[in-house]
Amino acid sequence: MKSIRLAPKEKAFDLLNLIVLTLFGIVTLYPFYYIFIYSISDPTEALRGVYLLPRGFSLDNYRQLFQEQNILWAFFISVSRTVLGTIATLIGCTIFSYGISKPFLPFRKWMYGAVIVTMYISPGIIPVYLTMKTYGLYNNFLVYILPGVVVAFFVILIKTYMEDIPKEMEESAMVDGASAYTILWKVILPLCMPVLATVAIFNAVNQWNTWVDNLYLAPKPELQTLQLLLYTYVNQQNAALSMVTSASMSQHAVVLTPTSVQMTITFVATLPILLVYPFMQRFFLKGIMLGAVKG
Amino acid sequence: MARKHYTPYLLMTVPFFILILLFNFVPLWGWVLAFVDYTPGRSIADSPFAGLKYFRQLFDKTSDFGLVLRNTVVLSFLQLLLTPLPVALAIMITNVRKRWYSRVIQTVTSFPHFTSWIIVYSVFFAFFSIDDGALNKLLYSTLHWLDEPSNILAEPKYSWWLMTFATLWKTAGWTAIIFIAAIAGIDQEQYQAAEVDGANRWQQAIHITVPGIMPTFIILLLINIGNMLNIGFDQYYVFHNALVHERIEVIDTYTYRIGITQLNFSYATAAGMFKSFVSVALLFAANRFSRMTTGHSIM
Repeated sequence: MKSIRLAPKEKAFDLLNLIVLTLFGIVTLYPFYYIFIYSISDPTEALRGVYLLPRGFSLDNYRQLFQEQNILWAFFISVSRTVLGTIATLIGCTIFSYGISKPFLPFRKWMYGAVIVTMYISPGIIPVYLTMKTYGLYNNFLVYILPGVVVAFFVILIKTYMEDIPKEMEESAMVDGASAYTILWKVILPLCMPVLATVAIFNAVNQWNTWVDNLYLAPKPELQTLQLLLYTYVNQQNAALSMVTSASMSQHAVVLTPTSVQMTITFVATLPILLVYPFMQRFFLKGIMLGAVKG
Repeated sequence: MARKHYTPYLLMTVPFFILILLFNFVPLWGWVLAFVDYTPGRSIADSPFAGLKYFRQLFDKTSDFGLVLRNTVVLSFLQLLLTPLPVALAIMITNVRKRWYSRVIQTVTSFPHFTSWIIVYSVFFAFFSIDDGALNKLLYSTLHWLDEPSNILAEPKYSWWLMTFATLWKTAGWTAIIFIAAIAGIDQEQYQAAEVDGANRWQQAIHITVPGIMPTFIILLLINIGNMLNIGFDQYYVFHNALVHERIEVIDTYTYRIGITQLNFSYATAAGMFKSFVSVALLFAANRFSRMTTGHSIM
């Protein structure tokens, strides 16, 4: 303990502060905990209400879920767009930022300006929809990847970072006759790892969570993401409710309730973020700090 | 500089620049749709010119665009009213003496920001739904405090408040982190001096912390004002249902429903364009105001 004696008022302040913050923390965390314990409860038992501990214990929800072809496929699509989209964005933003960071590059101001403008002007849903149709990207997996290869915010972050790298490092490599790509790959890239990690994490989380493009640009079932599948599921729940119970009564098979399935999909969709976020928080923080400098 | 010098760098930038043009600028031609009578399947060149017909239609008596605009402005305004809350949260977190605990609270409260609105909707559904929601389970079925199960997700009376609460739940923790960063930038000697003078921590918060983060607060507030009409699509799309439609439909969801679902492309584009232009105007106004008052530019 610190040697400073606290006045009673100060103590009251501390206590009240802790209580309010803890309550706020519980309001945020409990819903996720609730979803988790519901998903591992026995589905029929859970109908009586789940509060602090799971009711019964059963992994039937998960077992069943991973036998559903469409759910597995949606999971695969979500993972694919997250992995491929992040790789594409990293490559695109890094190469573009490196080129644009060269003061002698012709049209530099124009190209950079155009990138910045994209943060403020959006064509809107209908024009984008028609354009993607024209490009043949409607109902095409690439519609998840290509529009996000160059992202203004990431370009700002990476370019700012690259401009702070001492010129001498590049110059010595250039004297040795290395090409622009070799310098980028061998000299610049290793130094940019912190900012690239930030960009990768931001982008991966975005890709995992994005579903609006799925909704209006890729509505065919083969391209459904886990997010949109979950939404469709939650919305059809009322209709599905009677169906599942009547089916299960006659078959005596594994009984799943719509709510238990919903909780399980929700948890599966949240889990990657839950695993990544607490450990990667410093990268997210770095992102907003770097963004604040130039943004 | 010799031509040879910059060629490799042009090869690095130009292909990606073309991508930017293709995905961010080429679609702008679609705005033409707002000025013609377009029917899907026909080419735009064949569509008869309609002038400002669709823009006039937006503010027609028969149009529900006024209602949609009202919802957008009201919901944005409610969110603006709540902007001091993350500041309060940030001050509280920085006043926690145990460092590990303030870390835990930060991590926990900022977490929902990184989940999608679909997850948030599913969470709200799990708690507030009329069939199997945890709240009805507890208050109606178990404790019998309610005379009938509540269906807050389908109750237009509460929609605006529910949406504001949902926004708060999802974003307050993360916004607080931005303010925590601003608080870290305040000169620590001020606090030591105040302590010597006998100021308690409440007084320190009011007289040092609040003025210290005011510039950050004003800038974020102005950005939010500039984005008033860009309230977003995701949240209002997922929470939408027929019963709360009149309270929850905002410009972005309206554009989607009119355009993609009802295939009225021209009218939907006009609505989207209206939003874009008002937004840019608001943003410029906010930027000007920010430069006048704080000397900082927000763009």
